[in-house]
Amino acid sequence: MTVLELRGVSKVYGEGSAQVHALREVSLSVGEGQLVAVMGPSGSGKSTLLTIAGTLEEPTSGDVLIAGEPVSGMGRDDRARIRRRCLGYVFQDFNLLAGLTVAENVSLPLELDGMPARSAVQCGLRALDELGLRGRAGSFPDELSGGERQRVAIARAVVGDRRLLLADEPSGALDSANGEAVMRLIRAACRRGVAGVVVTHDAQLASWADRVVFLRDGRIVDQTVPASGPESLLTPNP
Amino acid sequence: MTIRHALLALLSEGPRYGLQLRQEFEARTGEVWPLNVGQVYTTLQRLERDGLVESDGGDDDGPQKGFKITDEGRAELAAWLRTPPDLSSPPRDELVIKVLVAVELPGVDVHEVVQTHRRYLVQLMQEWTRLKEYAADRDLGFGLAVDAELFRLDAVVRWLDAADGRIKRASLEDRDLPRAPLPKTPRKVVLRP
Ligand SMILES: Nc1ncnc2c1ncn2[C@@H]1O[C@H](COP(=O)(O)OP(=O)(O)O)[C@@H](O)[C@H]1O
Ligand SMILES: [Mg+2]
Repeated sequence: MTVLELRGVSKVYGEGSAQVHALREVSLSVGEGQLVAVMGPSGSGKSTLLTIAGTLEEPTSGDVLIAGEPVSGMGRDDRARIRRRCLGYVFQDFNLLAGLTVAENVSLPLELDGMPARSAVQCGLRALDELGLRGRAGSFPDELSGGERQRVAIARAVVGDRRLLLADEPSGALDSANGEAVMRLIRAACRRGVAGVVVTHDAQLASWADRVVFLRDGRIVDQTVPASGPESLLTPNP
Repeated sequence: MTIRHALLALLSEGPRYGLQLRQEFEARTGEVWPLNVGQVYTTLQRLERDGLVESDGGDDDGPQKGFKITDEGRAELAAWLRTPPDLSSPPRDELVIKVLVAVELPGVDVHEVVQTHRRYLVQLMQEWTRLKEYAADRDLGFGLAVDAELFRLDAVVRWLDAADGRIKRASLEDRDLPRAPLPKTPRKVVLRP
């Protein structure tokens, strides 16, 4: 089942001589339980791709489908509902709300979606449990380490019944152990059926994905081919 | 890693039989580097000749012959652990040469050449990461060996990324500017025959 599909998506910012073609004819499809990494140099259009996939921006041309439904056919309210109910975002700078506790941050999307506060907090605590953060539920974001903050952001992105996880440089400022922990959490969400897209310029992070797509000047120029056997490329060097 | 020092390391934990040494070596390195029996026995003979290990007598070189480390062996192991490996002059790097050639060849899209290598490397990294995902928590030695492989490949990908950017910038700049003479040493390091 395809959760996210981009069909010939282009995005142009600005007008006239100031025009920037951020994306050109990008097509991409991500199935349930699949993790796709998008790699590319700075300015190649990675963040643009993610914000369009997350319905935060509209493409100049082309279509975005979420769970088979074209986003262009949805009204503002439907889009907002999809964002609150189906999509989870993880950003490089975490974007946690400083005045809310960890538990409140994580259950916020559910409450915004109309879930009663009590059940929302229950769901939030369950998500925190899965990420080993139950003990931090009452803390405020500025009392956490960078690695913990990013884990909270992931808990918030997968809380409830989210279908699509979108992460932009999710371990930007983290060291390699925390980066690996972040990718393990995202993989675990995908094993439960979540479709994931991770944008990164870091090959070690990208290598956690089932498929790596390479972006250059707004175009998908290449992608990895899944290995046929578990060790097909690996030759031990004695 | 030299087999010689790997065997000394295992023997520093206590006496072992030859066959046991081979099995333990493979287990500790997550079977990333398989050894054959012949390599184990010739290495043990040399270690014994150099006085770094002792065997429990017995003239037959069978699998039941036991070995233990000597004081000289322990000193050798301690010194080896702290001796930096030779990282000063890299061997001629095939990938670097290919990219240097592609830059100069007319009709070749060097970015496409770079991307072909980048894709191959990332695929390789995906396979190592898959192994790490399933095994690294259960086996420390394996986790360490896989990380080493991943960091090495990652460095190559990063070099390709940097090369890609450098080539792009160079093609945008005026190529007819007079070139300053190159300092000699770095060139030698890259292109040492
Ligand atoms: N809101 C915007 N207005 C104008 N140009 C933008 C905007 N967002 C991104 N761009 C431009 O689009 C291109 C792609 O940007 P982005 O998607 O952020 O790339 P990446 O995330 O790969 O670094 C860049 O040239 C950038 O300057
Ligand atoms: Mg970006």
